[in-house]
Amino acid sequence: MAYSAGFSPHPKISYANSAPTGVASEAEYVEIGVTVECDPDRMRTALDEALPQGLDVVEVVQARTSDFVQRLEASSWQFEVPGVSLEVLAGCVEALLAAATIEVERLTKSGLRRFDARVAVVTMSAVGAHDAPLTSVAADCAILTAVVRHVTPSVRPDDVLAALRRVADLVPPVPPRVTRLAQGPLNPVTATVGDPFAPDRSA
Amino acid sequence: MTRTLPAQSGASVYDRLELLLPLVSKPIQYVGGELNATLKEWESTTVRWAIMYPDAYEVGAPNQGVQILYEVLNERDDVLAERTYAVWPDLEALMREHSVPQFTVDGHRAVGDFDVFGLSFSTELGYTNMLTAIDLAGLPLLAVDRDETHPIIVAGGHAAFNPEPIADIIDAAVLGDGEEAVLLITDIVRAWKQGGRPGGREGLLLDLARTGVIYVPAFYDVTYLDDGRIQRVAPNRPDVPWRVRKHTLMDLDAWPYPKAPLVPLAETVHERMSVEIFRGCTRGCRFCQAGMITRPVRERSITGIAAMVEAGLQKTGYEEVGLLSLSSADHSEIADIARNLADRYEDTQTSLSLPSTRVDAFNVDLANELSRNGRRSGLTFAPEGGSERMRRVINKMVNEEDLIRTVTTAYAAGWRSVKLYFMCGLPTETDEDILQIATLAREVIKAGRSATGRNDIRCTVSIGGFVPKPHTPFQWAAQLDHESTDARLFKLRDAIRADRQYGKAIGLRYHDGKPGIVEGLLSRGDRRVGKVILQAWRDGARFDGWSEHFSYERWMLAASKAFEGASVDVDWFTIRERERAEVLPWDHLDSGLDAEWLWEDWQASLDEVAVEDCRWTPCFDCGVCDQMETEIQVGPTGITNLPMPAMPARPPVLA
Repeated sequence: MAYSAGFSPHPKISYANSAPTGVASEAEYVEIGVTVECDPDRMRTALDEALPQGLDVVEVVQARTSDFVQRLEASSWQFEVPGVSLEVLAGCVEALLAAATIEVERLTKSGLRRFDARVAVVTMSAVGAHDAPLTSVAADCAILTAVVRHVTPSVRPDDVLAALRRVADLVPPVPPRVTRLAQGPLNPVTATVGDPFAPDRSA
Repeated sequence: MTRTLPAQSGASVYDRLELLLPLVSKPIQYVGGELNATLKEWESTTVRWAIMYPDAYEVGAPNQGVQILYEVLNERDDVLAERTYAVWPDLEALMREHSVPQFTVDGHRAVGDFDVFGLSFSTELGYTNMLTAIDLAGLPLLAVDRDETHPIIVAGGHAAFNPEPIADIIDAAVLGDGEEAVLLITDIVRAWKQGGRPGGREGLLLDLARTGVIYVPAFYDVTYLDDGRIQRVAPNRPDVPWRVRKHTLMDLDAWPYPKAPLVPLAETVHERMSVEIFRGCTRGCRFCQAGMITRPVRERSITGIAAMVEAGLQKTGYEEVGLLSLSSADHSEIADIARNLADRYEDTQTSLSLPSTRVDAFNVDLANELSRNGRRSGLTFAPEGGSERMRRVINKMVNEEDLIRTVTTAYAAGWRSVKLYFMCGLPTETDEDILQIATLAREVIKAGRSATGRNDIRCTVSIGGFVPKPHTPFQWAAQLDHESTDARLFKLRDAIRADRQYGKAIGLRYHDGKPGIVEGLLSRGDRRVGKVILQAWRDGARFDGWSEHFSYERWMLAASKAFEGASVDVDWFTIRERERAEVLPWDHLDSGLDAEWLWEDWQASLDEVAVEDCRWTPCFDCGVCDQMETEIQVGPTGITNLPMPAMPARPPVLA
C-alpha cells in the first residue's frame, strides 16, 4: 500500500462518495494506492479475507485514469417501506414527481441547512415486494426505488424520505431499510446508472 | 437441591437492535465484527462468559485486560466469551422503550443468557455503568435477589482490591491477574453445571469462595462500632477463609496474550497495538496503587516481546506498537529491545512508542531511538510532586537538578515540547509545594531556551487531585477537600500567568477537585457506600468518568439521602485520616503487602524518608513475595541481538 509523503504519512486510500451511516449498500467504491503493480484478483481475495462478514470485495480493477470520483454521477436506491400499502406509496411517488421543488432541512456540522431535494431525483417508482430489485425483502413491504443524482449539497436517502413526508405526509411506522443498489455514470436517456469501471476495463 | 432450568437461548437480538441504530450516535460501536473477534456456536459450549469493560466502546475496546481474557477463554473449546460495553444514554433510552436487553457486540446475545458476567474495573467510576448494564440485562440489581437462572456477576480489575462499595451488587470479586483466575472460575462453573447444579446458586458461590482466591462478599459479615468504624469482618460459612488472596501470574513468556489483538471498526481512544513488556513495579511511589498491588515485577523477555510484536502486526496491520507497562523504561533489557525493534521496523510504516514518564536522561535516549525517523513532538515526565520535599514524601526520587538536566537533553535532541505530570493534595502538602511547580516550569523553559537558542519550546504542566487508594501507604491519609484543591490550583495558575518572561511558554492543564472526592468515596468506602451508588444511579448517574455526564451535586445529594441517620458521611470516608488500629474495609483482602510494612512506609513518608527499589537493592520486606510465594522475574537474558532480518520488500502474495 502506498503512503502519503510528509510528517505523518497516511495510507493512500479514499472512499469515494460513501453511503451514509445506517444505510446498506451493494455498491461502494474505494481507491487504494499501491507501490507495486498487483494482480487485481489476488488483491480482491486478500482484502475480502481481512474484512468482516457482510463486507464483500466484489471486484478490483486497475485504475487507468485519476477521475474515478467524477464518474459516480448518480445512485440507484431501494427503500423497504413496511406498514404502507403499495397504493399509498404510489400516490406519494406521484406527488413527489409532480412537485417542481421540495425544500427539506438537515442538521449539518455548520447548522441547519435548507435545500431542494427534488432536483436530485431523476426517477422514482413504487413496486410490490415481489418486484423488488433485491430478493431479501419481507413480503409485506412496499418497495420504493429511485435514481438520485449526486449534487451539492448531497441529497441522501433521509432527505428523499423527508421530501416524501413534506409533499405526501408519508410517515412509515418504522424507519425504512435503505439499500444503495448501484452508483456510476447517469445515462440521461434511459435514466439508469451505468458501470463506473467501464473505462478501466476497456483500456 | 437440584432442578431443571430452562436452557438460556443465547439468541441474537440484532434484528431488534438494528432498528434502533439509525437513531443513535456512532452506531458502529454496537455492531462488533472486529478483525480477530471470535464468534462461537452457543450450543457447542458449556461455560459462557460475557465480559464487560464498563465504559463506552471507544474506551473499552482497546483495553488489554478484556482482550487478554477474551482470548484466553475462547481458546478453550467448550468455553464461549463475548464482549459487552456501556451503551450511551441515547441507546439506553431506546433499549428500555423497545425492550432490547444489554447485548454482547460479538453475537448480540442477551447478557442475561450467560453463565458468568465479568466486569473489569480500571476505575471505580465505572460502577454506575455496571448498574445500567445489569438493569438493561433484566437482572435484579442486588445479588441477594438473583437466582440460578441469572449469571453470576464477577468484578475484576484494580478497583476489585476494594469491592466493598459494590459488595451487595456483585456475586464475586477477583483480585490480581485474571488469566488463571478466569480459567479456575470456568472449571468450577463447568463442574457445577455438569453435576446438576448442586446447592443451587449458593452452592456455586461456596465452591468459588472456598478456593481462597475468589472473594464472595455475601459470605462475610461486617459489623460496626458506634462511632461508625468497622468492628470486624468475618466469614459466615464454614470453610470460607478469613482472608482472600490475590492472583499472580508468573512467567509472562508463557502467556503471550493477546496473540491476535482486536482491530475495531469504530474509532477508539488508542489506535495502536499494545504489547505488555512487564507487569508490576517496585519503584515504591507511595501514592501509586498499581505499583503496590501488582508486585512483584515480572518481565517478558526480549525474545518474547519481539515475537509478540511481529505476530501481532502480522495479524492486525496496526501501524503503531506501544510497549506497555507501569514504567516501561525500567525493563532490564529495554535498550536492546528498543534498538532491535527500531532496526527491524526502520523504513516501514510501523512506529513504536514507549509510554514512560521516568525523569532521567536514559528515558530521553530511548525516546530518541524510537523516533529515528524524525517525529519528535512531545515528551512526558512525571515528577508528581512539586517540591523536593514532596517528592521525598511520595518516594519519587527526582531532584531538580536531574529534572533540568533531563529536559535540557530532550530539548537539545530536538524535542520541542515537554509535558510534566503532577498531583495536588498529597499528604503534608502546602501551597508552597504547589507553587514550586511554577518555579520548576520556569527553570525548564529557561534551560530549554539556552540549550537550543530557540524561543518556540513549550512546557505543559498537567495536574490533578490526589485520591488516596487502598493497599498503599497513603490508605490512612486524609484526602484534601475539593475547595482547598481548587484554591491551590488557582494559586498555581495565577503564579504561571504572572510570569511575564516565561509564562506564555507554559501551559497548564488541571482538573477540579470535585470528581476526586467521589472517586475517593468509592475507592476507600465500605459496604455502606453501596446505597450511595444505587441512589446516584437511580438519580441518573452514568459515565461518571466523563465530565459532560458527571454531576458532583447529584452524587452529594444521593449521599445525603443514603447516609441519612447514619454516623458516617462523605467527609468521613474522604478527608478523614485513619489511625493504625482502625479496621479498613479491605483488610480481609490480601494483596500480599504486609500491613506493618505499609504503616512503616506511611510513617517514613511523614518523616520524608525514601525507600529504594528491590530490583537493584536488597529486599525491604514489603511482604508480597513471601505471602504470595512469588519472586521477582527480571532479566537480562543475555540476548542482546535478535535474529530479525529486515522486513521483506513486500508481501509476495499479491505481486
